[in-house]
Amino acid sequence: MEAGKRTDTIAAIATAVSSSGIGIVRVSGSQAISVVDQIFKSKNKGKRLKNVASHTVHYGVIQDEDIMLDEVLVVVMRGPHSYTGEDTVEIDCHGGVWILKRILETVIRYGAVPAEPGEFTKRAFLNGRLDLSQAEAVMDVISAQNDYAMKSSLNQLRGSVSRKVKEIRKILLYHTAYIESALDDPEHISLDGYGEILKNALRPIMGDMEQLIRSSDNGKVISEGIRTVILGKPNAGKSSLMNVLVGEERSIVTNVAGTTRDILEEQIRFGDVFLRLVDTAGIRDTEDVVEKIGVSRAREAAEAADLIIYVVDGACPLDENDYEIIEMIRDRRAVVLLNKTDLDLVIDRDDLKKRTGHEVISVSAREETGIGQLEKVVSSMFFEGKLDFNDEVVITNVRHKAAFEDAFKSLGMVMKGIVDQVPEDLLTIDLMDAYERLGTIIGESVEDDLVNEIFGRFCMGK
Amino acid sequence: MPYLEESYDIVVVGAGHAGCEAALACARLGLETIVFTVSIDSIALMPCNPNIGGSSKGHLVRELDALGGEMGKNIDKTFIQSKMLNESKGPAVHSLRAQADKQSYSREMRRTLENTDHLTIRQAEVSEIVVKNGRIMGVKTSSGAMYHAQSVVLATGTYLRARCIYGDVSNSTGPNGLQAANYLTDSLKSNGIEMFRFKTGTPARVDKRSIDFSKMEEQFGDERVVPFSFSTDPSDVQKEQVSCWLTYTNEETHRIIRENLERSPLFSGVIEGTGPRYCPSIEDKVVKFPEKERHQVFIEPEGLYTNEMYLSGMSSSLPEDVQYRMYRTVPGLENVKIVRNAYAIEYDCINSRQLKSTLEFKAVKGLFSGGQFNGSSGYEEAAVQGFMAGVNAAMKVLGREAFVLDRSQAYIGVLIDDLVTKENHEPYRMMTSRAEYRLLLRQDNADLRLSAIGHKMGLVSDEILERVKKKERIIEEEIKRTEKTPVGANPRVQKFLENHGSTLLKTGATLAELIRRPELNYFMLSEIDDGRPEISDDVAEQVDISIKYEGYLRRQKQQVAQFKKLESKKLDVDFDYSLVGSLRKEAVQKLNLYKPASIGQASRISGVSPADISVLLVYLEQMRRSEYGKNLC
Repeated sequence: MEAGKRTDTIAAIATAVSSSGIGIVRVSGSQAISVVDQIFKSKNKGKRLKNVASHTVHYGVIQDEDIMLDEVLVVVMRGPHSYTGEDTVEIDCHGGVWILKRILETVIRYGAVPAEPGEFTKRAFLNGRLDLSQAEAVMDVISAQNDYAMKSSLNQLRGSVSRKVKEIRKILLYHTAYIESALDDPEHISLDGYGEILKNALRPIMGDMEQLIRSSDNGKVISEGIRTVILGKPNAGKSSLMNVLVGEERSIVTNVAGTTRDILEEQIRFGDVFLRLVDTAGIRDTEDVVEKIGVSRAREAAEAADLIIYVVDGACPLDENDYEIIEMIRDRRAVVLLNKTDLDLVIDRDDLKKRTGHEVISVSAREETGIGQLEKVVSSMFFEGKLDFNDEVVITNVRHKAAFEDAFKSLGMVMKGIVDQVPEDLLTIDLMDAYERLGTIIGESVEDDLVNEIFGRFCMGK
Repeated sequence: MPYLEESYDIVVVGAGHAGCEAALACARLGLETIVFTVSIDSIALMPCNPNIGGSSKGHLVRELDALGGEMGKNIDKTFIQSKMLNESKGPAVHSLRAQADKQSYSREMRRTLENTDHLTIRQAEVSEIVVKNGRIMGVKTSSGAMYHAQSVVLATGTYLRARCIYGDVSNSTGPNGLQAANYLTDSLKSNGIEMFRFKTGTPARVDKRSIDFSKMEEQFGDERVVPFSFSTDPSDVQKEQVSCWLTYTNEETHRIIRENLERSPLFSGVIEGTGPRYCPSIEDKVVKFPEKERHQVFIEPEGLYTNEMYLSGMSSSLPEDVQYRMYRTVPGLENVKIVRNAYAIEYDCINSRQLKSTLEFKAVKGLFSGGQFNGSSGYEEAAVQGFMAGVNAAMKVLGREAFVLDRSQAYIGVLIDDLVTKENHEPYRMMTSRAEYRLLLRQDNADLRLSAIGHKMGLVSDEILERVKKKERIIEEEIKRTEKTPVGANPRVQKFLENHGSTLLKTGATLAELIRRPELNYFMLSEIDDGRPEISDDVAEQVDISIKYEGYLRRQKQQVAQFKKLESKKLDVDFDYSLVGSLRKEAVQKLNLYKPASIGQASRISGVSPADISVLLVYLEQMRRSEYGKNLC
């Protein structure tokens, strides 16, 4: 169970985020109405949600302090006459995925917590709003959604972020354990002057965390969107294409075959569609060990991808590598790019379409032509429902950010406590809170970490 | 047919710290109780360190006292030095520790047992538990006598198949060369009880006359002694105290230890038991913390009428000749004479997850257990379990509701909950960091927290309850008064603030607001608080803490409210979790192994995820509604 949970009020995006810009943020719990009341400005001046009748719809805007986020319709349903049986507010927005997420974040900043997977359904059942016969289904939903959320949460967390979180937790645990061992064994371990040591240790950590919070705004903490892999044989122009799409020199681009050794990842936005773009080492048989790792990871990435963009070197005849890729993308969601239209093409577009069974777009990554067409094709695949947008990703991101913010706040309390000369045994409460909250990001629970650390690190007693 | 058959309400096996509390609780509740010990002279024996209390253990003793236990009163009668530890830290971690005169501790406890009605003491070795259809019937002794009982409490400590070891010397005895109990394990095993083998150790006792104290730092007791028991008059415990002494090991000590490691039974593999990490032998410390140049050694008297001194910090199982050499490298111990060797002890105990929170075996109705037998360590941990097991054994006989403290009520609750829900691979020691609500579970408020519960059980008198209620009332009134009493920015107040390095007032404030300032407290404010009523120090302390740490206390209370919600959702301990389809396999396995008593307890079992808990909540609701449905038909 979440330790520092301050409220029973939960929030989530209640609609599939995929195929339209319209969506609903649902807030449920005893504070639901008062939370939304703080950020909803009615067109009808002075109207407060706490005063409105149940099951009424209100028109206005959602505002985060001075920033207007979206024009919305707000539906107020008082418990027990709502889906969950609790006070519930639904915010109907039409500003698109990005705005939905911003609104959800704002609701959370104003006092709700991100809903656990399946939590609305669980509450609906526990509050008697669902029929007894639905119990089995409810339990299945909870366990399936949690499995899925756990997997996607860990998948989406960037390696660098999860390393950073682990590093921070390690430091927090060390200092907590030091203090605790001194409390348990005051005659062997002294805490004189430890406030200063702790302050010096926390300062850089808080700097790191501020950066993590900022980067979760930019979508850098987790990678959102349709998992997209760019495939192609060496030197087909994958990296050049990536650079065009991303708009910065991200991959190493040379004309020596096999220069992209690792997987690079970027998030790009085609209107409302987010692509999580993976640039891979070229598919080819290679003797180079480093490159080989890259190639096998590229294959793995392709297997896990929602969308494959296959880049064909139009200036070279198809070879063994191409046939292999064509085999890989059979029966998959894919777009084929016939690249290098700026050179003399030796491959026929219709022939390629027939061989691959996928739509073929002629592009020149170097001259940046044909990219608009790609954008159009991908968007229409998405809106026609051929591509799924994983909405769990959005909520995961929101959860992570909330966890970072809570942990940051806890560490702020520690810093303040040190200044106020609060006894050390109170400081560890906030240290452990931060430790636990960060643990939820990387899917680790606390269990006996602290006791183990105390015994493992510090020489105790008799 | 056994040659002798007697009947009691309750049988207690063992008269150590757990057994004594169990026996006293049962007898005081009016039940005919018999307590067995392998030696009458070892009642409430302290075979290891000569002290009671210490960090978090002091909390246990005070809680036990508030509930109506004996340990606190007994140490108040027999201590020879007392200290409040962690006084410079927050109130939650203040902890009392007293050096005991071991012999008088034991003698006083024996006297109390001997003079308690309904209590019979019997020297005999219990060799068998008698179980019929999953219910305890009584016990048999090694001489063949049968004692019938409705409840049995096992508190065998470290005596089961005990073995004391140092170097290549291994004696099949309990602590201090006392007779081990060698038969009971087999009887327990044949009744399906899973056993562990744990070990612990103790340092040498040395002759005071062979110590050069001039090379050591003297450690005094507190000037003003605080008693353990809430019933002890503080003026009764202000007496002359004896000193302890501090010295250190050095590189030479460590060299000798390192060179002789292969002769240690621990490293050579002679000892198989799992030892505690928090109470390492000196050889463990040297191996595990090679970077430490020295370790502290506290020299503590074993009593007033003996020259034996306890070498705290240097427990060992090295051979005798190595013990001599290493002890003699320590400043002040150059010519030390050993009276008793240091040794390690191995013993059988149970896997404690076989117990319910009442300390009753899930598989054997009416069989309870407490103390080191349950896989814990320490006199205090033992005493509180003995008490809880005893009270529950009695409740069972009396047909009354079981008695369980939860994690938000007492360290005792934390201790027992940990024992029954967590994997326990070493002797379990209480620590303040294990108590997540420790700000609320202070040693100073144990009486306020628990006296009413003890009274309800029948072990706390009306008079004490009245006193506690009155205290509660005065505290409440005084807190209200400080919150309402304004302090003006007059010259006297400003002068006071200036003297204490506190910011001067611009406008008025209340007393409470000033108390919350880090540099001030309730006691200091008496200078400018003219309307303050006459109140005792312990009441004043409560007022100070309540106001000063209000924010933190409120947060913990909110967490407790959350916690209580899940604790109150009870689970059937006979339930088969494989019937819930949506639980993950690992969760089913763990839940079936531990059979938690509540959703809260289930959530603390490692391997049970929050999602599993959600599934369980839905399942419970489903069951509840279908029960309801049945009733309607």
